[in-house]
Amino acid sequence: MTNKHSLKKLLAGPYLVWAVAFIIIPLIMIMYYGLTTEKGHFTFANIATITTPDNLKALGLALLLSIISTLICLILAYPLGMILSNSNINSSSFMIILFILPMWMNFLLRTIAWQSLLEKNGVINSVLSLLHLPRFEMINTPGAIIVGMVYNFLPFMILPLYNVLSKIDKDVINAARDLGANGFQTFHRIILPLSVPGIISGITMVFVPSLTTFVISDILGGSKILLIGNVIDQEFVQSSNWHVGSGLSLILMIFILISMAMIAKYDKEGEGSAF
Amino acid sequence: MAKKLIDLVNISKSYGENLVLDDLNLYVKENEFITLLGPSGCGKTTLLRIIGGFESPNTGSVIFDGKDITNLAPNKRQLNTVFQNYGLFNHMSIAENIAFPLKIKKKSKSYIEDKVKYALKLVNLDGFETRTVDSLSGGQKQRIAIARGIVSEPKVLLLDEPLGALDLKLRQDMQYELIRLKNELGITFIYVTHDQEEALTMSDKIVVMNQGYIQQIGTPEDIYNEPQNAFVADFIGDSNIFPAVMVHDKLVKILGAEFECVDVGFGVNKPVDAVIRPEDIDLVPVGTGILDGVVTHIIFKGVHYEMEVTANGYKWLVHSTDMFPVGSEVGIYVKPFEIQIMKKPESEDEEAIVIDE
Ligand SMILES: Nc1ncnc2c1ncn2[C@@H]1O[C@H](COP(=O)(O)OP(=O)(O)OP(=O)(O)O)[C@@H](O)[C@H]1O
Ligand SMILES: [Mg+2]
Repeated sequence: MTNKHSLKKLLAGPYLVWAVAFIIIPLIMIMYYGLTTEKGHFTFANIATITTPDNLKALGLALLLSIISTLICLILAYPLGMILSNSNINSSSFMIILFILPMWMNFLLRTIAWQSLLEKNGVINSVLSLLHLPRFEMINTPGAIIVGMVYNFLPFMILPLYNVLSKIDKDVINAARDLGANGFQTFHRIILPLSVPGIISGITMVFVPSLTTFVISDILGGSKILLIGNVIDQEFVQSSNWHVGSGLSLILMIFILISMAMIAKYDKEGEGSAF
Repeated sequence: MAKKLIDLVNISKSYGENLVLDDLNLYVKENEFITLLGPSGCGKTTLLRIIGGFESPNTGSVIFDGKDITNLAPNKRQLNTVFQNYGLFNHMSIAENIAFPLKIKKKSKSYIEDKVKYALKLVNLDGFETRTVDSLSGGQKQRIAIARGIVSEPKVLLLDEPLGALDLKLRQDMQYELIRLKNELGITFIYVTHDQEEALTMSDKIVVMNQGYIQQIGTPEDIYNEPQNAFVADFIGDSNIFPAVMVHDKLVKILGAEFECVDVGFGVNKPVDAVIRPEDIDLVPVGTGILDGVVTHIIFKGVHYEMEVTANGYKWLVHSTDMFPVGSEVGIYVKPFEIQIMKKPESEDEEAIVIDE
């Protein structure tokens, strides 16, 4: 008994070291920097910088854009997940690879590629002008940032949805049909509630990186559109002010925690209200 | 007589090259307990899925209560299915599972409550309303699936090997429960199994299938006592099947020995198959039977002894309550009416044609 226990502890050791070195210590450091002045005195001033109009705007915009992107990903991915889970193994795994393939490319490269697609004299506009169609100005708009977020994070929505949808027993769906439910009722009462865990993890996996991103907004938003991620990035890199950067990071972390708590709560309610 | 409720006309179904059902005809009468029996892969589930509406046949039609429902969606058919792995809704409580078909039909709350209670009582699971699906045993899940299937009062209940996962004792209990339910509710049952004992116990009518063909349709007694071909004889119960020659009416030559029988109309000196059930063979003192043999093997089976008697170069399977030790010489006697003569198929094709008609 005790032997088994100590063996388990031993096996967990490396992960523990890893977690302490790369998760716990950085977190403590961010907390330390965020809550102290340069002289090391305790303060809430760093955190309070969120209340400046510019920072509030950046946070609000980041929330808005990441919520929109998450919703778009959900709307795009759900039908796809249903189609994939209903098609045979071969064609569905091919389709999945098709959607994951871009993930094997560097994140920066992908985003820069979108930049050259959306630019004023970029690929899309060149094609449009060739066809004598009006050009459109997308680069450096919030829309361009949403495109970048959706493109980069869509696979993170597809995978959990596909996973959970393909695990639903076909006979459970058949049983619902058999007992009189039409296609919509079957979806609403059976498929949707059973796929809630996949929806939740998809939402978290798209919303969190969207909320915190600064690369996408940097490249596709020009330097004009600042998200909270860009503000934090600038504090760390340009102003070298680790204290304010950490303070703002703590705020962001609180938002992530709040959103996850809300989702977890909705999850429970969702299960309860599904029938 | 009860009217035809379901009529399957010239049903064929193939998956790619694989012909699963070949021009099958079958009708089911109202309030009948009909069992589809056959070895694994013979097309039982496929046939059930065609009746339920989850699969459409390549040719032929499904007639329900006089109306062609071949292309009707499953939710529009007045028949419910109990799936082999139950198909219960894990995200709902037991009460919600059973209430599902009633809620879809927009019944009133109090009606649903009463009905759920009644259905749970029928399957002997009163008080299970708030339990979760995960907390149930296999047999309980099965009964919930049945309760859910009957609560909306369908005309027909389709059951696909529902007792397959249960242990022997529970299976026997459930067999009686199902028969009781059928009698109490007046619902037609179409039941799929590959367990011949189960089929014999429960059915009003048995349909023996093999490789997409119906081999024989009849009451359990018909099927057991008068199998129409070697497949049915072999599949239902234990049996001795001999290549034999019909010398003339009422006389058959089995392994060189002449046996009196009651069958007529097979012609003169025609090759046939003869079936003798092991319990129909009488072991008598040497010289007083039709032929003599030696006991070569014996197993105690509880109710009877199962013996192997070698006679005229063939191992006869014999069930008897009398014990003859290995090595003892015995005579073999069979009463004329216990010998079942079957026409011998000359080829696989002919077998199929004979069965088709
Ligand atoms: N969706 C399908 N695609 C291809 N072949 C199928 C499909 N469903 C069934 N088959 C084939 O049809 C044949 C009959 O299958 P079916 O499930 O009806 O058999 P069964 O009599 O129910 O057998 P069991 O007793 O094992 O359940 C099998 O050879 C099976 O491989
Ligand atoms: Mg089957």
